[in-house]
Amino acid sequence: MHEENDDILEQVTTSEYKYGFVTDIEADEAPRGLSEDTVRFISAKKNEPEWMLQNRLKAYRHWLTMEEPKWPNVSYPAINYQDIIYYSAPKQKIAPDSLDDIDPELRKTFDKLGISLNEQKRLTGIAVDAVIDSVSVATTFKEELSKVGVIFCSMSEAIQEHPELIKKYLGSVVPATDNFFTALNAAVFSDGSFCYIPKGVRCPMELSTYFRINAANTGQFERTLIVAEDESYVSYLEGCTAPMRDENQLHAAVVELVAMEKAEIKYSTVQNWYPGDKEGKGGIYNFVTKRGICAGNYSKISWTQVETGSSITWKYPSVILKGDHSTGEFYSVAVTNNCQQADTGTKMIHLGKNTKSRIVSKGISAGRSHNSYRGLVDVAKNASNARNFSQCDSLLLGDRCGAHTFPYIEVKNNTAMVEHEATTSKIGEDQIFYCNQRGIDTETAVALIINGFAKEVMNQLPMEFAVEAQKLLAISLEGSVG
Amino acid sequence: MMDATINIKEAFEKTEGVAENLAAFRNENWKVFSGLGLPALKHEEWRYTKIKNLFNNGMVIDTEGSAVDKNFVNQFILPGVASANSIIFVNGRFRNDLSTISSSKDILVVKSLEEASGDEDAAFVSLHLGHSQKYHADGINALNAAFAAGGVYIKVNKGKAVGQPIIIYSISDSSDGFRLSLPRILVNVEEAAQVEIIQTYINHGGGQSLTNEVTEICVARDAIMHYIKLQNEGPKSSHTGTTHIRQLGKSLTHAVTITLDGEIVRNNLNMVMEAEYCESNMYGLYLIKGNTLADNHTIVDNMVPNCLSNELYKGIMDESATGVFNGKIFVRQDAQKTNAYQSNKNILLGNKSSANTKPQLEIFADDVKCSHGCTIGKLDKDALFYLKARGISAENAQALLLHAFAIDILNQIKNKEIRTYVESLISERLSFSI
Repeated sequence: MHEENDDILEQVTTSEYKYGFVTDIEADEAPRGLSEDTVRFISAKKNEPEWMLQNRLKAYRHWLTMEEPKWPNVSYPAINYQDIIYYSAPKQKIAPDSLDDIDPELRKTFDKLGISLNEQKRLTGIAVDAVIDSVSVATTFKEELSKVGVIFCSMSEAIQEHPELIKKYLGSVVPATDNFFTALNAAVFSDGSFCYIPKGVRCPMELSTYFRINAANTGQFERTLIVAEDESYVSYLEGCTAPMRDENQLHAAVVELVAMEKAEIKYSTVQNWYPGDKEGKGGIYNFVTKRGICAGNYSKISWTQVETGSSITWKYPSVILKGDHSTGEFYSVAVTNNCQQADTGTKMIHLGKNTKSRIVSKGISAGRSHNSYRGLVDVAKNASNARNFSQCDSLLLGDRCGAHTFPYIEVKNNTAMVEHEATTSKIGEDQIFYCNQRGIDTETAVALIINGFAKEVMNQLPMEFAVEAQKLLAISLEGSVG
Repeated sequence: MMDATINIKEAFEKTEGVAENLAAFRNENWKVFSGLGLPALKHEEWRYTKIKNLFNNGMVIDTEGSAVDKNFVNQFILPGVASANSIIFVNGRFRNDLSTISSSKDILVVKSLEEASGDEDAAFVSLHLGHSQKYHADGINALNAAFAAGGVYIKVNKGKAVGQPIIIYSISDSSDGFRLSLPRILVNVEEAAQVEIIQTYINHGGGQSLTNEVTEICVARDAIMHYIKLQNEGPKSSHTGTTHIRQLGKSLTHAVTITLDGEIVRNNLNMVMEAEYCESNMYGLYLIKGNTLADNHTIVDNMVPNCLSNELYKGIMDESATGVFNGKIFVRQDAQKTNAYQSNKNILLGNKSSANTKPQLEIFADDVKCSHGCTIGKLDKDALFYLKARGISAENAQALLLHAFAIDILNQIKNKEIRTYVESLISERLSFSI
């Protein structure tokens, strides 16, 4: 079954352009820099309705009045926003002929991750003969989804075909004015995904599988919107464990989740963008705003993330617990090595009665990297009987790295129960010794201990990704213990 | 009414020329204060504490020393410690004439800061005065520094143990308007000395007051210092105080901060570990009601290896009170083998009470053991039920549990007389009697 899936995956991806939404490859590039014209250009390219253009322009005008945030515990050279190409359709790359032409280092990584040969070819862009007509494969997925009424398409498609839903929900959780990067995203987002689960439907497949096919190259300003109607359920996975090389330095994505009454959304992320070289040169700036709202009673949103890539990660997947009895969860493993910097965490905003939230964050820093947890638990005046448990643990490997925690806890209701605990330590020499004694070499021992450390979070990932993510942890920290 | 900054400017100009040795320090800080102004809520360190609004109306600042006598002072002396060393500040100015030093001169030296910065202690003063600004580069600290000439210098001589505690009373007379007091204290605990320092505050006159204080202490090698800060001034009294402690090798400090009343009370407590094998213990209790806001900011800065710090802060917020806690622990790159523990526990009693807490660890070394934990909650229902089932009234059951919650901190007060006194204040507050 798995094998078969992989085949399907690989087939579909090779047909990126057939099934894609971009037709004209040559002319699809906006001039460098950002102005109202750029925004108009993007909107026109996407053939968007007037209201969408107005939304974009409004966001752009607001962005002009804003300043880049300076509070995160990260440092990077100033970004020149006029030196970025804001819209560029995926270009046809020169495809290597066989796997032998691929960087052996990259292949080694693939092997360690256990990625199938076919998928390796897909990821490296090798042309593979199509056995099954890829369009029909994609259609099979689509048919299966549409049978139950699930809408899952690109954002551009959604704007054309489901304007009423987009108008209602886009920007409802993360308004354009929220922060500097959301304003930028709202003005220039090129594409993204839209997912709508109707009332009472349990999405028949992990949208992760589908996403792996569809999501390649959605651009640097991605926009994702998931709406789960009453009593529905969806599990969604973005990203990939395989190392992704990308020309874009700045990624400012926005993800919005809306869960109505008794609905549940499970959103998992595995992020492994290019982290830059050992000296910290290059690498992706990953500045993402993710927020979900538990709008209905008894709804639930759960974020799981495994962050190993990017030179700078700056994101706080949040949950607004508006509905009574709603639940928010956040599970995170952030690994930084070499010169990586991560400032990540969550916000749990308790507004409804009897709301619950749980935060489990595991930070692992190695090399000269810095890993910060920054979180907020806010219990509003009327959120009686709110319950929160937070745990954030840090593991330090090496004496030149840093681990920091900045948890903010604000409680305005006297029936709330809030607990927070955090620890920082290194891997005990006795633990390593114990493993060595049993014939496990130090590097494997460290991987073993780290996986134990991160297990609570890994358990939350969809099964097939959990296995890959575990190996990914070990690879990310390769060479950091010695 | 006019803005208090005008009063402050007038007062600063009036005191110009009074200080000779400290003139440069004063002027420098005046410039800093004029540049920075007062911290607004946007200032991360002042996120929960609206100090700026206090300055919206006029304030009275003492520039030459109020005409009060010893009888006036005597009414404020804490019970059971009459024979202690009493250092008196009236309206923010050190009053040698009203202070009583019972310990002998070869053990304890007390003189004005201005005097100390011109004699054999000048080297110490120039090394340590204003060091807290490295950690609090804000207008509040600079404002105090600009008026440092009215401060006191305390020295405990090498190898001596001060038998009687040093109690620093800061009396603010608010009968003729909103009183702004700016006490400045510099303490030199020399090698292997032992001392117990207690700071307490009094608002006389029933009007509004703000005490903006900076206490800088250097605890030298092998020295031991016990420090207690007791705040029970009244609902119209505000406080912004910094206690900045630098610790040298193998020294021990033990600090207890008790906040029972006030309008806005902000305490900064810093422990800077500058040499190996230091130990510091920090305990705090804020038992507040009404509209009181108690804000405790602590910093433990581990600059060198092998230091130990322990921290426990507990809060009980009744009615509309707000408790704020921010505990920073820094572990510098070289500070291997650091052990740092921190815990903050809060009970929300009042319907409109709130708690904001932000434990913060910034760790740059790997061989460390650091942890922090915090809780916010209400009293355990089962425990209340257990007591009520045994015939104890609901009020008494609650008082009993709260008392038990607070006792951890009370037990940390080593001075028996002070502990008894604080215990009586707490029992009275909780209407607790067995």
